[in-house]
Amino acid sequence: MAQQGFPEGDFRAPVPVLTPGQGYTSITDKLTSIVFTSHTPMAWFGFVAVGFTLVMGLMVSLTYVVLKGIGVWGNNIPVGWAFPIINFVWWIGIGHAGTLISAILLLFKQDWRMSISRSAEAMTIFAVICAAIFPIFHTGRPWLAIYWLLPYPNTMTIWPNFRSPLIWDVFAVSTYATVSIVFWFTGMIPDLATFRDRAGHPVMKKIYGVLSLGWRGSARHWYRYENASLLLAGLSAPLVLSVHTVVSFDFAVAILPGWHATIFPPYFVAGAVYAGFAMVLTLLIPLRKIYGLENIITMHHIENMAKVMLVTGLIVVYGYGCEAFFGWYSGSGYERFMLMNRMWKGPMAWSYWALLVCNFIVPQLMWSKRFRRRLPVVFLVCMFVNVGMWLERFVIIVTSLHRDFLPSSWQMYHPTIWDIMTFVGTIGLFLTLMFLFVRVMPMIAIFEVKTLVPESSPKATAVGDGGAH
Amino acid sequence: MGADSAMSQIFPKSANATARMSLAGVLTLVLFLGWVVFTLMRSSWATKQNEFVEQPIQFSHAHHVGGIGLDCRYCHTSVEKSSFAGIPPTKTCMNCHSQLWTNAQILEPVRASFRNDQPLNWTRVNDLPDFVYFNHQIHVKQGVGCATCHGPVDKMPLMYQAKPLLMEWCLDCHRAPEKYLRPRSEVFNMAYVAPDNQLELGTQLKAEYKIADPKHMTSCSVCHR
Amino acid sequence: MDFESIRKRLAGDGNLTGKAYWRSLEELADSKEFGDYMHREFPSQASEFSDPAGRRTFLKLMGASLALAGVGACTRQPVEKLVPYVRQPEELIPGRPLFYATAMPLGGYAYPLLAENHMGRPTKLEGNPEHPASLGGTDVFGQASVLNLYDPDRSRVIKGHGEIKTWSGFIAAMQGAMSAQRAVNGAGLRILTEPVSSPSIVAQITELTQSLPDAKWHQWDPVFGTVQGGATSFAPIYDFKAADVVVSLDEDFLGHGAGQVRYSKDFGSRRRIGTPNDEQNRLYVAEAIPTITGAKAEHRIAVRAQDIHAVAAAIAGAVGVSGSMAGAEAAAGAEEFVKAAAADLLAHRGRSLVVAGERQPAAVKELARAINDALGNSGTTVKYVAPVVASPADGVASITSLVSDMNAGKVDLLVIFDGNPVYTAPADLNFAEALGKVGLRVHVGMHFDDTAELSHWHVPAAHYLESWGDAKSFDGTVTLIQPLIAPIYDGKQTIEVLAAMNGNLGKTGSDLVKEFWAESLGTEAAWRKALHDGFIPNANAPAAPAAPAAPNEPANPAPAAPAAPAAPVDGYEVVFRPDPTVLDGRFGNNGWMQELPKPLSKLTWNSVAYIGVATAEKLGVQNEDVIEIASNGRRVRVPVWIMPGTATNTIGLHLGYGQTKLGRVANGVGMNVYPLRTSMAPWFVGGATVTKTGETYMLASTQTHFNMEGRNPVRVVTAEEYKHEPKESVEKLGPEVPPRDMTLYQNFEYTGNKWGMAIDLNACTGCGVCVVACVAENNIPVIGKEQIKKSREMHWIRVDTYFEGSLDAPSMVHQPVTCQQCENAPCEQVCPVGATVHSDEGLNDMVYNRCVGTRYCSNNCPYKVRRFNFLLYSDFATEEIKAQRNPDVTVRSRGVMEKCTYCVQRISHARIDAKTEGRDIRDGDIVTACQQACPSDAIMFGNLNDPDSKVSKLKEQERNYGLLEDLNTRPRTSYLAVVRNANPALDKA
Repeated sequence: MAQQGFPEGDFRAPVPVLTPGQGYTSITDKLTSIVFTSHTPMAWFGFVAVGFTLVMGLMVSLTYVVLKGIGVWGNNIPVGWAFPIINFVWWIGIGHAGTLISAILLLFKQDWRMSISRSAEAMTIFAVICAAIFPIFHTGRPWLAIYWLLPYPNTMTIWPNFRSPLIWDVFAVSTYATVSIVFWFTGMIPDLATFRDRAGHPVMKKIYGVLSLGWRGSARHWYRYENASLLLAGLSAPLVLSVHTVVSFDFAVAILPGWHATIFPPYFVAGAVYAGFAMVLTLLIPLRKIYGLENIITMHHIENMAKVMLVTGLIVVYGYGCEAFFGWYSGSGYERFMLMNRMWKGPMAWSYWALLVCNFIVPQLMWSKRFRRRLPVVFLVCMFVNVGMWLERFVIIVTSLHRDFLPSSWQMYHPTIWDIMTFVGTIGLFLTLMFLFVRVMPMIAIFEVKTLVPESSPKATAVGDGGAH
Repeated sequence: MGADSAMSQIFPKSANATARMSLAGVLTLVLFLGWVVFTLMRSSWATKQNEFVEQPIQFSHAHHVGGIGLDCRYCHTSVEKSSFAGIPPTKTCMNCHSQLWTNAQILEPVRASFRNDQPLNWTRVNDLPDFVYFNHQIHVKQGVGCATCHGPVDKMPLMYQAKPLLMEWCLDCHRAPEKYLRPRSEVFNMAYVAPDNQLELGTQLKAEYKIADPKHMTSCSVCHR
Repeated sequence: MDFESIRKRLAGDGNLTGKAYWRSLEELADSKEFGDYMHREFPSQASEFSDPAGRRTFLKLMGASLALAGVGACTRQPVEKLVPYVRQPEELIPGRPLFYATAMPLGGYAYPLLAENHMGRPTKLEGNPEHPASLGGTDVFGQASVLNLYDPDRSRVIKGHGEIKTWSGFIAAMQGAMSAQRAVNGAGLRILTEPVSSPSIVAQITELTQSLPDAKWHQWDPVFGTVQGGATSFAPIYDFKAADVVVSLDEDFLGHGAGQVRYSKDFGSRRRIGTPNDEQNRLYVAEAIPTITGAKAEHRIAVRAQDIHAVAAAIAGAVGVSGSMAGAEAAAGAEEFVKAAAADLLAHRGRSLVVAGERQPAAVKELARAINDALGNSGTTVKYVAPVVASPADGVASITSLVSDMNAGKVDLLVIFDGNPVYTAPADLNFAEALGKVGLRVHVGMHFDDTAELSHWHVPAAHYLESWGDAKSFDGTVTLIQPLIAPIYDGKQTIEVLAAMNGNLGKTGSDLVKEFWAESLGTEAAWRKALHDGFIPNANAPAAPAAPAAPNEPANPAPAAPAAPAAPVDGYEVVFRPDPTVLDGRFGNNGWMQELPKPLSKLTWNSVAYIGVATAEKLGVQNEDVIEIASNGRRVRVPVWIMPGTATNTIGLHLGYGQTKLGRVANGVGMNVYPLRTSMAPWFVGGATVTKTGETYMLASTQTHFNMEGRNPVRVVTAEEYKHEPKESVEKLGPEVPPRDMTLYQNFEYTGNKWGMAIDLNACTGCGVCVVACVAENNIPVIGKEQIKKSREMHWIRVDTYFEGSLDAPSMVHQPVTCQQCENAPCEQVCPVGATVHSDEGLNDMVYNRCVGTRYCSNNCPYKVRRFNFLLYSDFATEEIKAQRNPDVTVRSRGVMEKCTYCVQRISHARIDAKTEGRDIRDGDIVTACQQACPSDAIMFGNLNDPDSKVSKLKEQERNYGLLEDLNTRPRTSYLAVVRNANPALDKA
């Protein structure tokens, strides 16, 4: 079933999400076989091996950090926040696509989301896990931070300082994590049931049985299921916006030039979606190849996501524009200096231009349909965006900090090997979790995808016939 | 499409019950653990409240204070002049015990200390964390009775920590001193009992002694530096 | 390492146990690796990589866990012991410090001090407010010397021929040697001391040299009493209070010397103006290398040290000094300066002052005196007296003759008291080699250093805080030294050893000193009073028979006819100066001093070659490039630091680095430049050659950006501007300040006390005493070069320096910056756990035990005055250091933010005492550590709710402004702008 058969040309007719010729059984077979197969593709082992090695690195560096103190990183005064917070914001940003796709696109009735929503959600959760590591370990005394930031009745009769954006973070992120996980799991129940039924080995049967919470697919189940997911979608839709808004407050609330900007919330959220989609594509393009899912995650999806990237990317660039304009328009000497330092005069100006190349110049390729449909190009662009979004946080955090108000306290920042190990380590963790998930869980919402095939919508049969083998 | 009907059941009917039970179970477990933690925080195990500690000499405050009626300041000389109330030098013990019980076995360590010029090593009973800078001088001056924090010392054959010494316990008074204040004359009086109109009296004393309002008394730097 | 040598030495050190044992194990193997290892170890409590694993790491982690037990609130308290006295001293109240007057002897001079003693541990030194030489202020050495007392690397045992010996063993050996000497009238006996002004010690030596007429007493100190181009028969004592115009010829009177504190006080008193119309003094400085004195000058020119004489001569000519010199040629470029300075001097006859460089040839000093005489300043702004420290008149001559005797084999017994001549003696004398020719070599010193290595006997010396003694301050006041603690390592005092040599044994230092003063003071009461005051008011030193080497001058000797020194030599000029922090190296093992940023360059943990911008361009070098300096056949390699304002072709070198035997802190730090220093030219020499080596060497400076970027953190106005429009002239230098109601939060109400600080930048000399004082008071850790380089310095108060104007003749300003205690504090509102909060008196309380270390507060602090314990910086491993700590301040552990809180512990004490006495806190009851130490009284602290408090008055001045006020932070600390009293004739601006 090669995807060459995809209808070229006439696009006035609604584009089918899947390649023609898909049937209930073919899809179920295809997707369950990924898990219930005797031979796992070599690529899988490759990725997990790499990922797991990096995780070991992460463990080592985190242990070292806890034993010695965060001084093993490059942070200093004035640059009190550096890699850890950059990584935190980067990961949280990435963690936005999932919920956006499943919640917001669901509310907008975007069918094409179905093939990708599941893996996107999983990615979200893993990204949030990676993100959560940093704010805890970057504190000087994590063993206290981990509970002193929570409001609980203690023997000191002290509450956390609710004026501090970091406290808002705690709530925003933890809420987001919880809701995403619940949403993700609820979504999987029907498929887990399918797995339960398909599983050969009794133990597997039991495990999937427990996970599917006794799903029988009765009309009552389906009825409740639909309500639940609609409800959760409604819940998480605002979260998509709130989380990164709150994260952006960490900076916007401070008085530091380069942080203290009202544009931050919208511009951070757009950036998050931008980064999120980039990461989804970065993962799905290899995955669909490895597991031959070209019929389910079609060019159509890739193109759509590319379009979303292009749009959000432009919003982000608009954000950069605003920052520059505000800086100049504020008339504040500090603001103007900050811009000069960030763009031309400063020792870290390179990062700003690199960021523009990654987030602004390169993604413009996505205007062209030809490029949108050429996998290597799309993949490359996504890579650029991933890097670009990291650089964006670097520019905001480090460049603003290293030269603030009093010239006497200006200093340089240099990351250490431990900074890098920790960062790369979380990427490893992310990969590992993702591939483990793919191996044992339904990475594509089987039952949802089924609703896309002709059998489930009489109107579409024509197309179905058109592509008959 | 009732996949289950097509095939044998994996789980017995009881599984439903188990599922529900386990849900409830998890919930109660969480609540229980929470309860354990919050109890431990304030437990006398954590605070060392009411714990007797091993001392080089079984010195009895009950006997010396309650019995003989020594004033606190006879031994704790610097309580009115310094942050530290002062632990009596061996000399102070010998003032009497060079005459009394001169060969009581129990007092041998004291005599040894005096003979060999070797100090006695007492174990601290009321021990605050090192980052708390408590000052006796001012509390005594402002009408906080010894017994208010140290308990009925005159009835303690062996010394123990009478109060939890948790921050919330300190703040209880720092936020509303009037609940505990006494006339300066009664500070060292072990037998003192708060009058029924304590709040009234306390408020009056608070004004009289110019005790700062809670805003100051709860400023962190008053106790932590 | 060479384990054989370790074993050999350990055989000797058998009595050491536990950690001491292991430390000495490493100490004793003076191998290269060990040097590096030690260099890394102590300072880098911190440096996480270079720090070797094993014992130290283990200890540190253990320390960390202990610290957690102490600083984590939720743990069960560890068991704590209470150890009362057996017999309690009467005056002692447990928990309250006692203060004793004493003095630090340095280069023979007494630095009067007041020592704070906690339960028998001296923890902090202040100036003696009664004493004319201090008036309450100190210099950096006075502040830091308390740490030397607890230096874990001090020698602890008497060593005889490489083995542990007892005191009696040493006495026996000495008696043997001495009796041999008595036979020959001491022909073979030589005593080498540092400069001495102590009447009691002089008496002992005199007794010795009188009983042994052929014995000789030599003195050597690489800094004090070392003169180039001959010694003068007189010494000046200045009165800067009376001087309206001061011309300094290469003299750093604000930055160095026994008079520094008093001179700064007096000089500052002419800069701390109260109203725009107050007259201030005017300072002209001609110098080779920028000093803080030069930085204070309205008019400064950089001339080679060799050309100072020409400048002096030109000025002398211009003011019409009788005889010669009329119309003498000033160095090129100095003409204008000379003209203006001379004119100003003439305009202020009797109220002006010319100060000659301590390290300039006698000719310059005599010229200066001639000028002062001619202008009638002598007697008003300066008085010339016989040198206070008469021995040595000329240290170089003294040690030269000693060495020649040694080489001639005339010396059988050499007793060296203090100092480390093997390391410090002029290179051309080859002291070490000569030492080998001495029959019996005895070294009395605090460290087992290079000299001890080469001596047969080594006796650990007592620190002055462990000693009885006396010495004269720069103005001749006889000052008493009393111990604050019994010798920790059983060190012996110079006077005890001397007495033993004189045959009166068994006398303790206290006996000897007391005996000496008994008859002159008479009653016991008088003695007690003198001890209490710390000095004997009318300096009535008993007429000790003049020591041999001490020329006995008339009170006011006439100057000899000025003789011109050697003509300047071209090529590069090398100028040697004592290091501003480690002096000649004797403070090298003092972590505080290594970490104290040098004034102007802000360098730590290193010595460098200071060169001017032009020189740097010529050599094509930049900071951290290593150059090789060669001067008559000797060469050293030193990294370069470009210091704008250094005379072209002049290279400034600081003494005291590159030590190998002093201790864990000093060893292997920086480059040793003594090899370049000869007896001919101890202070400056021309005709050197310089080559770029291409190597680089890491230098750690706490400030990397010296340009104000037009933000005017330091506001500078000219006297004229300030007179005409006082407020505007200062205000226009900063952005407008938002109105008080411009905040979303409701303003705090300060009903009780309202603490505030005012810092007079016009008086601040940037000497850095405040920094050391703060370190000593607040238990601030030493973190080491690597951490400084990473920009993690821990000092709560820092002195920022900014350069303005041309690169070759910049003007420099200083600004002490500490937590500004903002009323709208950006830090307070972002801390998630409320570890930094506002107190009702307006302090930004910092609660260490609540801090979890997010560093958000620091990011949001526009002043960047918050300090973070990135690693376990506080030393929980070295027992000795712990004894110095201030018990009233928490020792911060790893992962905690810390900062200045206006010495809140002092505030609390004052408040409690006031309440106990049923009164309000009086103005002046609370003195912060930085304020107390400041020698120019630039810092004032007090209650802003009291309109009559000194600080309120200062803040009423027109030149009062807040740092970055435009951010609406409302700092409680404010600054008084610099008012430049420039000479219109020279003022380009």
